Amino acid sequence: MTAAPAGRRAPALLALGLSRHYGPHAALDRIDLEIPAGEFVALLGPNGAGKSTLLRLFATLIRPTAGRLEVHGLDPRRAERAPLARRIGLLSHQTFLYDHLTGLENLLFYARLYGLPDAPGAARAALRAVGLEDRGFDLLRTYSRGMQQRLAIARTLLHDPDIVLLDEPFTGLDPEASDRLHERLGGARAAGATCVMATHDLGAGLRLADRVVVLVSGRLVADRPARELDPPSLGALVRQAAREPDAAWSAP
Amino acid sequence: MSFLGDVALVAGKDLRTELRSRDQIVTLLFFALLVLVVFNFAFDFTVIDFVSLGAGILWVAFIFSGVLALSHSFQIEREQDRIQGILLAPIDRSAFYLGKVAATILFMSAVEAIVVPVSVLMFNYRFSARVALVIPILILNTVGFAAVGTLFAAMTTQTRRSELLLPLLLFPAAVPIALAAVKTTSQILAGRPFDRYASWIALSAAYDAIFLSAAVLLFDYVLEE
Repeated sequence: MTAAPAGRRAPALLALGLSRHYGPHAALDRIDLEIPAGEFVALLGPNGAGKSTLLRLFATLIRPTAGRLEVHGLDPRRAERAPLARRIGLLSHQTFLYDHLTGLENLLFYARLYGLPDAPGAARAALRAVGLEDRGFDLLRTYSRGMQQRLAIARTLLHDPDIVLLDEPFTGLDPEASDRLHERLGGARAAGATCVMATHDLGAGLRLADRVVVLVSGRLVADRPARELDPPSLGALVRQAAREPDAAWSAP
Repeated sequence: MSFLGDVALVAGKDLRTELRSRDQIVTLLFFALLVLVVFNFAFDFTVIDFVSLGAGILWVAFIFSGVLALSHSFQIEREQDRIQGILLAPIDRSAFYLGKVAATILFMSAVEAIVVPVSVLMFNYRFSARVALVIPILILNTVGFAAVGTLFAAMTTQTRRSELLLPLLLFPAAVPIALAAVKTTSQILAGRPFDRYASWIALSAAYDAIFLSAAVLLFDYVLEE
């Protein structure tokens, strides 16, 4: 276990030389990234850049092949798993939800897995927060893709995690649900949660993020404050980074 | 939630989804009954006594339908990456394992509860109190098979050819429990005294204890990607 120096708060997420290989293929290659608590980071990059792998590493679902990862100053390999797991919420490409359970039953299942004191209350509140209270007693398989995504968002935020990891959270959402998600994420950030969001939606990325990180072919090629960028310049940055990943882009 | 509460939560979720979909139980039952029908046509049970073949027929049906149950149980977790949702949660992973074992035992027991009476009728077995003695043997060996099967199903679930790998790995490991199950069941059906099959019961009990304990201790590593 690694503790932060006295007087300095440990970053929410710290990657030092973090690599993840699948056989000979390097999905992530020596990533150095420090994300302070409460920061909102947009993770951008072309398909196959390693964004999802980095989120899965941050979620402690997979182990790095090399390098070091710290979550709130703790090494996930050595720290007790349950307290760390309670602090992390992951929205993946897949919903993690069960087709033959109702929306409410799905949330109740996860609320109980997380040991929430008032699981039925928490499940109902989460359902209301994503505007699905009228469909709570319907089986998940009757939901549209967008509704399933909303329920997956409710599942991710159900236990009030202070590290929120989001992989393309706006996929399948209609404009109203999109606005509602913006609001939820804004609320999570205001409450001090650290958010890392992988997205191809440059506008959404800039609207929410404090900082933009670009990955290309498993390497971190750009790291900029979001306030310095607008959607066209960010688009140009991502395209340029994809063309010339070896150029020095990291200039926070 | 307590450890046992988490076990019940996982098993309850599997039961609830199965009661709604009925995918698994229908397939298992159909498969097990098909085995009985095939054997009924293959052997002339007016000449051959059910006692000499019955135990083997029953356990062929139970073991193969058990493999289907295990495969289906983890296929559900593989779809939509649901297993990742479980792995993210702050529960003891061995609670997830025991929940899956409990659900598999219940599914296999439901099949056994139908297949045993059907086989008694189908193969003209003269019903006696001996059949009741088979029930604890079915439970004992079903627990062992579910324990080892769930462990291997979890090991293979994140591989590309899990449906192929599961029986390949499981059958050699399940030989002792299959052997003990068939031997004990046939001895009971033949009306042999307890001391003739006591050692087989001891083998089954030891197998259950070893695999359940080992799996509970090792399950964290089994699910590592």
